[in-house]
Amino acid sequence: MKISLLDYGAGNLPSVERALLRLGVQTERVSTSAGVAEASALILPGVGHYGALIRALDRDGLRESLIGAIERGVPFLGICLGLQALFQKSEEAPDLQGLQILPGCVRVLNGAVKLPHMGWDQLQSKAGSRLLEGIESGAYFYFAHSYAVPYGGGEPTLETLATCSYGGEFVAVTEKENIFAVQFHPEKSGDAGQRMLQNFLRIAA
Amino acid sequence: MSLAHRIIPCLDTDGERVVKGVNFVALRDAGDPVALARRYNAEGADELVVLDIAASRDRRPTFLETIRKVAAELAIPLTAGGGIRTLDDARAVVRAGADKVTINTAAVLWPELISELSEEFGSQAVVLAIDAKRHGDFWRVMTTGGRVSTDLDAISWAMKGAELGAGEILLTSVDRDGTQSGFDVTLTAAISKQVMVPVIASGGARWPQHFAEIFCEGAADAALAASIFHDGIQSIRALKEFLASQNIQVRLPC
Repeated sequence: MKISLLDYGAGNLPSVERALLRLGVQTERVSTSAGVAEASALILPGVGHYGALIRALDRDGLRESLIGAIERGVPFLGICLGLQALFQKSEEAPDLQGLQILPGCVRVLNGAVKLPHMGWDQLQSKAGSRLLEGIESGAYFYFAHSYAVPYGGGEPTLETLATCSYGGEFVAVTEKENIFAVQFHPEKSGDAGQRMLQNFLRIAA
Repeated sequence: MSLAHRIIPCLDTDGERVVKGVNFVALRDAGDPVALARRYNAEGADELVVLDIAASRDRRPTFLETIRKVAAELAIPLTAGGGIRTLDDARAVVRAGADKVTINTAAVLWPELISELSEEFGSQAVVLAIDAKRHGDFWRVMTTGGRVSTDLDAISWAMKGAELGAGEILLTSVDRDGTQSGFDVTLTAAISKQVMVPVIASGGARWPQHFAEIFCEGAADAALAASIFHDGIQSIRALKEFLASQNIQVRLPC
């Protein structure tokens, strides 16, 4: 099986590659719409500014091919900004449109908390998550972000398979058919992260 | 359910080998960075910091190679720095595999570098390292590996740094570094309560109780140490078990 990593200049792409390499998986970088169209499984890594990701996708003409691949049922994993991109829009770059595959908006974490939300935090997971199979609720994953999709309060709840609480409860894992996305960084989350990546590889195989 | 307090081993290197300063001056060899990285990754370290304390231009390719080799061993975040002066220096370090870049002297000389790095990599990737030394009733910012005094007040500088886009403060007490007499709780609490970004406390760690103090009384989000881990005086696993027994939130390795 070959996993295609969408390469638009994300800082954590090499880390994701290294994590998959440790699991013995071959990866390739794709940066064109033709490359995306041919992918049999796709990972969208991301860290940093939401606007930079969306602008890069539009600059490289990747928006349509990415949406097309997801609609065709290609197994997709979004990491951090790769999760946020799936939603409607983000307060971090209010003028830009997200991929709008999932309902809901990305908002700044609020409350009296230090930002970024940086470090190892616990998931509160629901039964039935395929990504978190074999990983207990309360497991720690590594987060590094200031924005997230709030959970509850009229925002989507159906596809949310795990949340995390920091300045309010937010979506940590979302799964819908072939779409999988996580707000944390599995590639930096030690054994739990490796396990989660392995689960995605099994789903994608 | 809450954010874990992080334990971060630090590898001070001369580019290639790990060395550790006592009060920033006397250096002795402490080993191979790749072997240490592998060990800490397995023992449950929450992150790793690698610093090039020689930071001389001609050694730079060696340091980048060290980052590459260390990154290959890690399933946890890696911060690298030492001698980073420009956006291009930072890019090279990130390209070699660092998740975060730490800057110190260059940020004092050119504060706008903090913003440039933050715009390029995101604030979560920019760690402002501050070496602070007690001077009467305030803490003075030191640069150049703790050797050069500035007129900056450490608390104001930390606040300014966060405002410019630093996503984290790595705060080293020059007075405590290498003494093994405990972290500087007063300094760390003063800064951690003023800035709205996470603070990593550094300098002076010896006993597990020192870590409990810096998290509880010092309000630190993370604590960094070097020689006690390198020399095997303190295992990370045992340290975390102790902290958990004190009801301090930590991520216990499985």
